[in-house]
Amino acid sequence: MQALSVSNLTKKYASGTEALKGVSLEIPEGDFFALLGPNGAGKTTLIGIATGLVNKTGGTVSVFGYDIDKNPEEAKAQLGLVGQELNFNPFEKPFDIVVNQAGYYGIPRSKAIPRAKQLLEDLGLGEKMYQSGLTLSGGMKRRLMIARALVHEPRFLILDEPTAGVDVELRRSMWDYLKKLTAGGLTVLLTTHYLEEAEQLASHVAIINKGEIAAQGSMQEILAMHDGSESKDGYRGGKLEEVFLMLTSDK
Amino acid sequence: MNNYRRWISFYTMVRRDVVRMFRIWVQTFLPSVVTSVLYFLVFGTVLGSRIGDMQGVPYMTFVVPGLVMLSIVTTSYSNTSFTFFSSKFFARSIDEILVSPTPPWVMIAGFIGGGLIRGLLTGAIVLLVSVFFTELSLSVHSALIILGFALLTCLVFALAGLVNGIYAKSIDGINLVPTFVLTPLVYLGGVFYSVHSLPAWWQAITYANPLFYLINGFRYGFLGTADVSLWISVAILGTMIVVLVSINWYLIRKGLGLRQ
Repeated sequence: MQALSVSNLTKKYASGTEALKGVSLEIPEGDFFALLGPNGAGKTTLIGIATGLVNKTGGTVSVFGYDIDKNPEEAKAQLGLVGQELNFNPFEKPFDIVVNQAGYYGIPRSKAIPRAKQLLEDLGLGEKMYQSGLTLSGGMKRRLMIARALVHEPRFLILDEPTAGVDVELRRSMWDYLKKLTAGGLTVLLTTHYLEEAEQLASHVAIINKGEIAAQGSMQEILAMHDGSESKDGYRGGKLEEVFLMLTSDK
Repeated sequence: MNNYRRWISFYTMVRRDVVRMFRIWVQTFLPSVVTSVLYFLVFGTVLGSRIGDMQGVPYMTFVVPGLVMLSIVTTSYSNTSFTFFSSKFFARSIDEILVSPTPPWVMIAGFIGGGLIRGLLTGAIVLLVSVFFTELSLSVHSALIILGFALLTCLVFALAGLVNGIYAKSIDGINLVPTFVLTPLVYLGGVFYSVHSLPAWWQAITYANPLFYLINGFRYGFLGTADVSLWISVAILGTMIVVLVSINWYLIRKGLGLRQ
């Protein structure tokens, strides 16, 4: 079963920008999939379409076999999203934010409350759960968004640059936590600009550039595209970074 | 998503809004009370004593239903327009609902529910305050008609506020309609006078004002007398509800102003 199946997906914004030009990709159930690309490549647009935040222009998208046009409610019920931008009301308490999110998925408060408490404790927000969101640090806000995305126990978690601006220690703890969840069968789609993270975590990769898939396959297949040459001068990144630049650089 | 889950989603949206409005009660409930007290003092106590009777009742008694309706209209409208606009514009917390399986009609009902509750509560508070200014002599012809019209009016203006919230692209966008459309319609809809006291040409204009029919029906519930038939008021309210529900359903389903 494919967790996400995207076929010939196109998106043209009202401004005339073609964000996606016939993208097709498949993410198998239980996979940790990295969708990589430079800024403006179309990653967030693709995620937005899959999660119902952006209207597509053409193509089809299915989540665990549920077409997002024909069965939007079933498709959305499978998904959890940690967006790129902070998108919660900072005047509300983390506890309320997470419990309310469960409510939007039809989970009664009697079930949502213990789940929310557990998630917030697990993500290190136990002491802050009844304080205003305004008192949270940047890293805490990111963790709150993860807790919110997991409260309805989704089968498929989408992480759109979740570690942007998060310090090293916190990033590690976040990945350790998510690794535990993926071991339990959770499918993850990750977009990130930290390519070393993607190289370590993901088993499959797609590299998107200017609205088109430049390459996709298993991590080994993508890393094998590296020609092995050593730079004589200048900074060199890891293998994935070199492949990424080879596929997306205009130079 | 089955109906039970849809109900939970609806309940969550309404509960969240009610918690918010009670948390900031000074901003949500108090202004209407203060405004109404001023109206009662100026139009009722000071000017009312000089005006005498209207439609066979003391002016103060005549003006109370209109002032209650004024508070209901403005609060139910502003509640949905502001709640929706702020959730899509300031914190973008509307995404929490958009990514969930909550269908468009439940989303509309959830936002409307908050406006309805705030409108009814504010109306009840203003009515309570008015009792002190009418020296506890406020007559009630039919509590059922009063409640029915209050409910339907809240519904109409909560729906209208939602349309405004969806279209608004800035904070000014949600203030323009109440200032330049709603307030004139309410003031010219017979809050402070009977339509029969107007010249013929002004009466004709008043009959084209939908707010006139709401105030007319609501006042009938208190006084038992009306400028036009109660059924005309009910028909106009019903038509407005059908039209506004259709517009909201279309806009939310299309994701206008919500989805790119």
